[in-house]
Amino acid sequence: MTITLVFLGAIMITVITWLLRQTLNTQPWVSDAAADAVSGTSLDTSNKAIGLTTFLAVATAIFALFLSAYTLRMQQPDWRPLADPGILWFNTAILILASIAYHWTRNAAVNGNTARLKPGLLISGALTFTFLGGQLLAWQQLNASGFYVYTNPANAFFYLLTAVHGAHLLGGLWVWARSTTKVWTGAEADSVRLSIELCTVYWHFLLLVWIVMFGVLLST
Amino acid sequence: MAYVSIADRDHEIEHHDPQTFITKYVWSQDHKVIAIQYGGTAIVVGIVALCLSVMMRLQLGFPDSFDLITPENYYQFITMHGMIMVIYLLTALFLGGFGNYLIPLMCGSRDMVFPFMNMLSYWVYLVSVIILLASFFVPGGATGAGWTLYPPQAISQGTPGTDWGILMMLGSLAVFIVAFTMGGLNYVVTVLQARCRGMTLMRMPLSIWGIFIATILGLLAFPALLVSAIMMILDKTLLTSFFMPAMISAGEQTSHAGGSPVLFQHLFWFFGHPEVYIVALPAFGIVSDLLATHARKNIFGYRMMVWALLAIGGLSFIVWAHHMYVSGMNPYFGFFFATTTLIIAVPTALKVYNWVLTLWQGNIHLRVPMLFAIGFIFTFTHGGLTGLFLGNVTIDLPLSDTYFVVAHFHMVMGVSPILVVFGAIYHWYPKVSGRMYNETLGRWHFWLTFIGTYSIYLPMHYLGFLGVPRRYFAMGDTDFMPDSAQTLNASITITVIIVALTQLIFLYNMIASLRNGKPAGPNPWGATTLEWQTPDTPPKHGNWGHDLPVVHRWAYDYSVPGQEQDFTPQTVPADEVPVGRDHGVDH
Repeated sequence: MTITLVFLGAIMITVITWLLRQTLNTQPWVSDAAADAVSGTSLDTSNKAIGLTTFLAVATAIFALFLSAYTLRMQQPDWRPLADPGILWFNTAILILASIAYHWTRNAAVNGNTARLKPGLLISGALTFTFLGGQLLAWQQLNASGFYVYTNPANAFFYLLTAVHGAHLLGGLWVWARSTTKVWTGAEADSVRLSIELCTVYWHFLLLVWIVMFGVLLST
Repeated sequence: MAYVSIADRDHEIEHHDPQTFITKYVWSQDHKVIAIQYGGTAIVVGIVALCLSVMMRLQLGFPDSFDLITPENYYQFITMHGMIMVIYLLTALFLGGFGNYLIPLMCGSRDMVFPFMNMLSYWVYLVSVIILLASFFVPGGATGAGWTLYPPQAISQGTPGTDWGILMMLGSLAVFIVAFTMGGLNYVVTVLQARCRGMTLMRMPLSIWGIFIATILGLLAFPALLVSAIMMILDKTLLTSFFMPAMISAGEQTSHAGGSPVLFQHLFWFFGHPEVYIVALPAFGIVSDLLATHARKNIFGYRMMVWALLAIGGLSFIVWAHHMYVSGMNPYFGFFFATTTLIIAVPTALKVYNWVLTLWQGNIHLRVPMLFAIGFIFTFTHGGLTGLFLGNVTIDLPLSDTYFVVAHFHMVMGVSPILVVFGAIYHWYPKVSGRMYNETLGRWHFWLTFIGTYSIYLPMHYLGFLGVPRRYFAMGDTDFMPDSAQTLNASITITVIIVALTQLIFLYNMIASLRNGKPAGPNPWGATTLEWQTPDTPPKHGNWGHDLPVVHRWAYDYSVPGQEQDFTPQTVPADEVPVGRDHGVDH
């Protein structure tokens, strides 16, 4: 549980420190003209961005807990490390490219370059689907060589972790599909800017999760 | 810090005025309607769980008198009772119900920031409830694994509901967590971003603080339940061995091998302990507001109360293994977890002192919500003190499998939060319905429930000291249990039936008062917080009419000396009525 504790400790310390800084040295029981003037917004950023950040904390909790379970289960004597299929390296490269492509699209959206949105979104989507296809191929290769989900906990964790990661990407692709439809029906860069920006953050997040996960899978 | 002015922001909130009956009352995006849907569903499913507990008590009080209750049924009743009460009633009611109703109204916003997702949250929650209740009717019936669902027995032959019941339970939990996450994101972002002008974080009522911090705990803790549910589903369906060790079942070697049941316990309690505070923190917050309002006195130590909530929330993540002292862990771990557990008593005791000090020299009005709030101080202190017993490894070991534990956790997280739920319902009923409830019936409801629950759980501590084991369908004949233990069990059962029937008074009062109750007016309690200052009662869609409220003071300006009224609403400017301390009130 160390991984989870470290991560949750970090989040709790961030949340509590931030809240303490907001609440120390305030005396709510005296009149305070400065406080009267405060609009009730805590952070100067969009609600959706805060929503996404909060969701990323939840998603990180899920992945951290899976990794904690992984490291705890690994200590049992029946653990037989899995030879990771080589295609994962290719998949990793594709996911990195997808992240870069999304960032490129984001830059276009921020600069109001509507013309570049279509190719940008298309490339990011295609690369992401390629990654997911590659993951399925890895599953197929493992299955074909007899590494079934029930034969060893290492195999089970491999299928489970990749599935959970893939499911998160699919959720991202739902938002991607919505902005792509908007752009195709003639939306301006401004109207899809926020959703593309947030998707870029989400893609980077899932890339980071994948790299950590891939590292753990390779090294154990 | 840069602040965006309200005028720039108001148009950003989606205005989704309901057009038809369906969009107004069924697929509604209005937080108040969603709150009532959440609360109503939670109460209905809670009544089911209450009936289950009566069935269990009938067996324990009068063994073998009811053919209907077989050992299998008994375990199914235990499991469903526990899971429903903790998750589908208390979590859903406090956060989905009160959270939804109170956050926008108390913070001075028109609605949650993501109304569509809020609506979705309720309907997904309803799906999880339907899956859960449907599990009674599948082949093999509901799961009887106990609410902790420990493997290996949860998915091994011999436990009721190992075919379908356990899968429906795990599936329902996963769906519930999705619903909670959608709601939780809303609550957090709304508290952070959608407060009205002048509502700084430290001017928020403690109800909002409690709900806010409990939501953060929920968002970070429920993933542990999700992860363990997914892995157990795989152990059951794809025959993986995450949790399942090698076993001989019905004379045959199962196909599982090597899994770690203790791993499940770690994951489960990593969720399970914060869950206690997910239920308790909103109760702490709400009870603070009830006490201050009905004692006409500012809450004692407001800032300390906020920091205590933060401290309890943070600590709740590092105490989980105190539920696992008997699972054979390293004694040094036990020492660590006993220490952290006892440290939690510090901020918690601080809150209890502050509640009592709030009452000191207050102008106490013993109206129904206040009765429930004061009742809570008793039951919570009681349950907290027995928690000190069980937090110590050496005392927990002999008591762990006895009725002492049943008494402890029912006092601290059964009776106490439920008393606050009742108090809160009575307190906000005039705002939600626009009518007053019947005070006499409310008093009967309180006294019968309060004395009744005490007569149920106090004797259980004694049974626990005698060594009467929990979870048993029948006690059989043993030397260490005197006959009087069985007499006590019978008396507990009779009390349970009385307390359960008492709840009919409550239901009747709530329903009949909708029609017969006196019109309540906008602010029957003389409360300071924003929800009592709405232009309409019950508040209409959008809550505030044309203009959002503006806040000029904290939520606890009660009995400011020299004022005609003994309360000053948060919306009154300081130059009209001085703020408490400015006027020389000493804190």
